Amino acid sequence: MFLNQFLMLAAALFCIGVYGVIARKNGVMVLMSIELILNAVNINLVAFSTVNGAISGQVFALFVIAVAAAEVGVGLAIVLAIFRNYKTVDLDQVDLMKG
Amino acid sequence: MIGALLAATQNADAPVLVAQNIAFGIIATLMIVSAVRVVTAANVVHAAAFLVVVLAGVAALFILLGAEFVAITQVLVYIGAIVVLFLFGIMLTRAPMEGTEAPSRDNWAMAGLSGFVLLVLLGYTLWDGFGRDKIPADLQPTSTGALSDAIFGQYLVPFEVVSLLLLAALVGAIVIARRD
Repeated sequence: MFLNQFLMLAAALFCIGVYGVIARKNGVMVLMSIELILNAVNINLVAFSTVNGAISGQVFALFVIAVAAAEVGVGLAIVLAIFRNYKTVDLDQVDLMKG
Repeated sequence: MIGALLAATQNADAPVLVAQNIAFGIIATLMIVSAVRVVTAANVVHAAAFLVVVLAGVAALFILLGAEFVAITQVLVYIGAIVVLFLFGIMLTRAPMEGTEAPSRDNWAMAGLSGFVLLVLLGYTLWDGFGRDKIPADLQPTSTGALSDAIFGQYLVPFEVVSLLLLAALVGAIVIARRD
């Protein structure tokens, strides 16, 4: 197995996630796309950890998982607050701070 | 990319791991198709279901790379907790369950273009930088003991910071979502 197999797959996942963050309207869907991006990062960390024989990459992958859990909790709370105030989760309609 | 990989395989001097490569191909195809469905599905609940497939594929890749503890944590935390949290978020915001309104913004073409350009750039850079690097053929699973030694030895302070961050995020989420 080549290292590049894993890195290319992670790059594809990352780009699909970037597309989702830019293109989707629904706030929950944007958070899901961010999860795709974070998972691409995790694949890279573990792949490099295996190739270099260093365990630090796996430790950092665990940290990324923990931070992703915190991020989803706060993000969904924000989406919930937006829904309560605007009666929608369409991010195009949340433009209060638009100049 | 596939042709280049095949050519590199024929030049390889180390034995090729056929079973692992077939497993990788199946997992990778499933993950890419499901990830595309996550960002394009009109039904939000279907998108969450496809997200489960992607996350399970990532866990399977971790197993292929010998990182067992990270794979189990991935299943427990992502599939067990985060996806359930997403489903609760979908339920509480009563997001459109039918494909009645357009799932994408008007700028989806520009988003696709930026994603594609990013993919080409990343792909070229990775091919240029790591074209010949191999995963070691005599791959042993990482022992959980060594991993815990690293977490509670060298990385003890970051570990405590992460637990504080989780506590702060918990309190913050309650404060933001509280109804008053």
